[in-house]
Amino acid sequence: MRYTAKEKESVMRAHVDLNVCQGHGVCHMSAPDVFELDPEDGHSIVVVDPVPPHLEAAAQLGADSCPERAITVERTVRVD
Amino acid sequence: MSPRIVIVGASLAGTRTAQALRREGSDARIMLVDAATDVACDRPPLSKAFLTAPDASPDASPKPVLTTAQLGELDVELVLGRRAVSLDATGHAVQLDDGRAVHYDALVVATGSVPRTMPGVAPLPGVHTLRTAEDAAAIRAALAAGARTVVVGGGFIGAEIAWTARSLGCPVTVVEQLPAMLLRGLGPVLAPAFTRRHAAAGVRVLLGAGVTGVAGTGRVEQVLLSDGTAVAADLVVVGVGTAPETAWLRGSGLDVSDGVLCTSRLAVAGADDVYAAGDVARWHHPRYGVPIRVEHWTNAAEHGPVVAANLCGRPTEYDAVPYVWSDQLGARLQIFGRVRPGDEVRYVFGGPDEPRFVAVAGHGDELSAVVGFGALKELMPYRRLLVDGAPWSAAEAVTPSR
Repeated sequence: MRYTAKEKESVMRAHVDLNVCQGHGVCHMSAPDVFELDPEDGHSIVVVDPVPPHLEAAAQLGADSCPERAITVERTVRVD
Repeated sequence: MSPRIVIVGASLAGTRTAQALRREGSDARIMLVDAATDVACDRPPLSKAFLTAPDASPDASPKPVLTTAQLGELDVELVLGRRAVSLDATGHAVQLDDGRAVHYDALVVATGSVPRTMPGVAPLPGVHTLRTAEDAAAIRAALAAGARTVVVGGGFIGAEIAWTARSLGCPVTVVEQLPAMLLRGLGPVLAPAFTRRHAAAGVRVLLGAGVTGVAGTGRVEQVLLSDGTAVAADLVVVGVGTAPETAWLRGSGLDVSDGVLCTSRLAVAGADDVYAAGDVARWHHPRYGVPIRVEHWTNAAEHGPVVAANLCGRPTEYDAVPYVWSDQLGARLQIFGRVRPGDEVRYVFGGPDEPRFVAVAGHGDELSAVVGFGALKELMPYRRLLVDGAPWSAAEAVTPSR
């Protein structure tokens, strides 16, 4: 992965809209290191926040694979 | 000059490819070509929520696969209402139906599939296939009016329409040539039991039945069956599968015997700089060791990023476990993996006569599929086994959670 100077200053965050998530579980299959499933209702839980650089592609894949489009991944400016 | 990537097909697989290319940082000039005059809408709801949603609700308007704002951000040259008619793979050019030859540095074939039609079934008003928002709107209107509905073909689309019609109070008949509904998706053990659920819900199911034609004056009134009988109909939905849209590739030298044959990285076999994505791609699936073609949403959505990664110099195979879901009989049917005709089947939660179930299918060393009906939570441990490539014997070792 290569980053521009600006990107180095930012982090990726993944967010699941639980009003939209229906527990298909495809995100967990695509990216098990980023998305776990709630054992009670099967809804997606983001387990790495922010998403470390080596899992960013996986997080994106998980978001892309969501049939309900419940997952957003966004770069936000790091606030330390 | 930055390279030009031409994507033929502006539905899910094509637009996802374009989005992923930009995300990978590609500065290519991207041309997105489609015969339709609009970017396609997201299709899964068309046979589900869209048909029953109250007029004013958000579900009653089909959503495009990309919003206008998302399209703007992509910075692509959008060529709509133009069909690709042929490919010169050696010369790296696509011919469009306006006579233009478009040169490419890389080409992505994402033309999807089109509903199969039935020879002998005249396109009378009231007879529909379901692929576009317009098709769905016409079916929705007919169902709202209480149409006597005949569904030809008991696959996913047919089963969803049948249940929807029933739930709206319409009399409905499914005419299926095979011995069960959903036979291809569920296999010979699960499909007959699932078909009985439809019958119990009030869907009239005619199995092993052929359709010879339709009849009516000005619009459809009857569906004619091969045994000489007829079923009265105001609405006929033909759901007899789809065919990959590869007519334009005939003569290109590519193997288009069943979709476009690709490597495990979705690179089209026998052509340089050509990839395929979505329904149209028949690729060597590393998990199965043979080329497969999958006509489901998740597959198309995930192919785009794989093609983009490969185009951007990150070699990536597509080896995900296939997934399809279907909403019918008031619950969600989920199939992970592929049920093969010779598979053994075990119910590991619930059963064929219970409201919900999880079943696993496989044989020998391979657990090949996990099927759940209204059992989101209960199927989770089995899905895990499937993803991990567990043997068939392991699928009974798990104690279902209660």
